[in-house]
This record gives sequence, structure tokens and C-alpha cells, in this order.
Amino acid sequence: MTDLSEAVAVQDTAKIGPPLWLLAELTYRCPLHCVYCYNPVDFAKTEDELTTEQWFKVLREARELGSVQCGFSGGEPMLRDDLEVIVAEAHRLGYYTNLLTSGVGLNEKRIGALKEAGLDHIQLSFQDSTREMNDFLSSTRTFDLKRRAADMIKAHGYPMVMNCTIHRHNIDHIEAILQLASDIDAEYVELANTQYYGWAQVNRDQLLPSREQLERAERITNEWRATHGNKMKLFFVVPDYYEKRPKKCMNGWGNIFLTITPDGKALPCHTARMLPGLEFPDVRTSSIREIWYESEGFNRYRGTGWMKEPCSSCPEKEKDYGGCRCQAYMIANDPAAADPVCDKSPLHNRITEVVDRAQIAGNAAQVKPLIYRGPKESLQLDRPF
Amino acid sequence: MAITTATVPKVGRNFRIQWEPAQDAYVLLYPEGMVKLNQSAGEILKRCDGAADVAAIVADLETTFNAQGLEADVLAFIELAEQQKWVDLT
Ligand code: SF4
Ligand code: SF4
Repeated sequence: MTDLSEAVAVQDTAKIGPPLWLLAELTYRCPLHCVYCYNPVDFAKTEDELTTEQWFKVLREARELGSVQCGFSGGEPMLRDDLEVIVAEAHRLGYYTNLLTSGVGLNEKRIGALKEAGLDHIQLSFQDSTREMNDFLSSTRTFDLKRRAADMIKAHGYPMVMNCTIHRHNIDHIEAILQLASDIDAEYVELANTQYYGWAQVNRDQLLPSREQLERAERITNEWRATHGNKMKLFFVVPDYYEKRPKKCMNGWGNIFLTITPDGKALPCHTARMLPGLEFPDVRTSSIREIWYESEGFNRYRGTGWMKEPCSSCPEKEKDYGGCRCQAYMIANDPAAADPVCDKSPLHNRITEVVDRAQIAGNAAQVKPLIYRGPKESLQLDRPF
Repeated sequence: MAITTATVPKVGRNFRIQWEPAQDAYVLLYPEGMVKLNQSAGEILKRCDGAADVAAIVADLETTFNAQGLEADVLAFIELAEQQKWVDLT
């Protein structure tokens, strides 16, 4: 959610603040096959997940620097048998603990153990509002299971946070998705349009909605906000392809976010590992303090000193820090370029071309079959995005 | 509901307040989010324990900080905090 970044946006940027937000990607393994999965396309090549003890070390060292929000994600974090002990350690250290799950693997026994471990919140993701579409988009039979997971989450007294990634194939079901959120008594609902990284970049033409679809969905969300806003807090995240200014990605590189990948790489954001020419430190051999304050990987794009034109002389550079480095790399082929979402970027046309194509329903690029995330496809594609 | 000195505020169900040395501040934590509190907000909120009423909170603050006339400020803050669902009122 965007709340965190808003709350801390007032920080003094001259000095490096603490990594307030720690994202622990416990595993890339996942029983689902989402077509917009944000994991690296070549995830199947990574080996050697961190051990329980190594995660304890990460949690301890990050907490000492001031990390306080801790997210456990993946892949599917429930696939780690030691999830409960890792959560318990995070809780003991004083973190606010968030579990981001597809709900697969959640049962009475484990949810009870997680509660006992001190887990503060579970974010449950749905792929769509109906069994057919949910199961089609994740290439699994998981819808009923998720409904049961929602009931369990409620019964155990957790705040109910529902997430649904939005794209061309489900955006027209927005009313039904909101209805589902209301049925499961969600207190926070995140309707986040797909961001085009990882598998979503592979399937971009098939996933980007048209302007008309987007406007309709936003209008309906606003209507629900007006009528249900008291009960459910609704977040609607527009795809940045439709914007003229880039997002302030990760609230600034190395500013508050620290991601640790399943195999122990420390990243300023969960997609940064794709960037060429940057060594990201390994938590097995470096302390979080060295990683955060001293490593090349975290210092390279901190602040504004690394910028080129048009960013370096831009009056807005403190506002968005030039946008997303990964998007600059994927689209402008230069991680230090302006994010091409910005209409001051000389390559902004590479974004508008994709957007223009999205207005023509059924064009050749859109009707290509979707590529599902999976280990076989990962090894076949053998590329980061 | 109208807030009076007899109102008993309690930090909201989905929120947790804690002192963070790294930020030198109280923070309010909730699902995937955080609000850094300024000193007075922190001092008021940490007293919202579901037992003390507003009058008791005001008295405690006035003693602790050797100040007077804080009631209006506390009432105004509790009203704002309730809108944000940071506190539940009974
Ligand atoms: S996006 Fe889907 S496939 Fe990717 S990790 Fe999440 S649940 Fe698994
Ligand atoms: S030119 Fe660079 S700094 Fe200026 S608005 Fe665009 S991306 Fe941001």
C-alpha cells in the first residue's frame, strides 16, 4: 500500500535514514502460476534458499538499524515450514509483521500457530471475483480455498486485507471484485493495476487495459468509496503507463525499502536484481549495516547525484527521483535514464505506443496466448524480464 | 460520537503504538503502513489505553509536562484520531 511512503515522505533526504520497511521474500516457489507475477522471469535458476538461522540474522540486523515494518512474501511464503518460527522471531524483535499470501497452505493449525507467533496481519490475494476467472488466471483451482482462507483470517481476529491485481482480463469485473471484498468483510482493499515487471512484462500487451476500461473501473471504485468508505478502505492504483510523470519508485532508491531475496541478495526493491553492472550484496557475507550504508548496490542511485538529462536539471527531481530504475532499464535500456513514463523522456513514445495499442481491442499482440509463470517456462525464457 | 472529558479512548484494534529509537519518535503501525507521530500526538496516544478517560489523560499530561490548559488540544486530537480510526471511543 502507498500509505507508508506518504507518512514518511517528510524525511530529511540529505542524510540516509533507516531501512524502515523490510521485505523478506522467503521463497520463489509458488503453487500458483500468475501471468503478472512480479518475481524475476528466470527465478527457477536461483538455488539455496536462506536457512532459518540466516533469516534470524537478517531480522536482527535490520531491526538494529531501525526496520519496523516487516513483510513476508514470496513466491508463496506458506511453503516455508519454518514460517511460524521466523514470524515469532520477528515479533519478538518488535517488528509489525505482515504476511502476503495467496492463501494456499493456510489451514486451521497453521493460522493458529501464526497467531501464537505474533503475526499482526495477513494480506490475502485474489486473482478475480469468480471461481472461473480466478482459477484461469492463476492456472490453479484455488478460489474456494481462498474463500475458506478469508473466513479463517476473520475468525482469528486479523484485520482483513484483500489484494487483487487488476489488468485487462479482470478489470471489467471490478464491481464483482468489490462485492467479494465486501462479502469477506475486508477492511482494506487494494486494487492494484499490474505493474509491468517480471512476468507482467512478458505478458504486457495482453494485460494492459484500455483507457475506457480504466476510467470505468476508477469511477466504480470511487462510487464504492463514497458508499462503503466507512467500512472498507479502498486503494486503487493506476498503471503508470497512463501517467505523464513517473512514480516515486520505492519512495526513493535506498531510502526506506530493503528487500531480501530467497537466496539472500539484498535489493533496494524486489525487481532491482535485473539491473546490469550492479553487484548486490549477499546477507550471508555482509551485515545489513554494510549493505544499507556502504554497498555500491544501494548507493548507486541514491539521491539525485547520478542523474542524467532531462532529470539532472529538472525542477521535479526531488519529487520522483527520476522514477523507476528498472523501468528505465527495461524500456530505455539504461538504468540511469529518466523513467520513460515521464513525458520529458525522449523515449516516452515507447510507452505511448503500448498504450495506443491497448486501445485497439483484439489486436495481434493482445491475442497472443498468455505465458504462465512456472519453473518450466522460467528455464525456457531464461531472462530476467 | 461527541467527545467529552468522560470519553474513554483506546488505540484502535488494527493499530499498534510503539517507541522507535531509530526515529526518535512514537510510531503507529498498521497493516503495511506506519505513521510517525510528533511528540504531543505520541504522548496522548500512548495514554489511550481503554481505561483512562480524557480527563485523566489531560491530568496525567499536565503533571508529566508541568503544563496547564491542555484539555482543548487533547480533545481536538482525539477527534482527529477517531476520524483516522487510530482510536476507538467508549
Ligand atoms: S504473483 Fe501469483 S505466482 Fe507470483 S508469487 Fe504471487 S501467487 Fe505466486
Ligand atoms: S525529467 Fe526526470 S526528474 Fe523530471 S519529472 Fe521526468 S523523470 Fe522526474
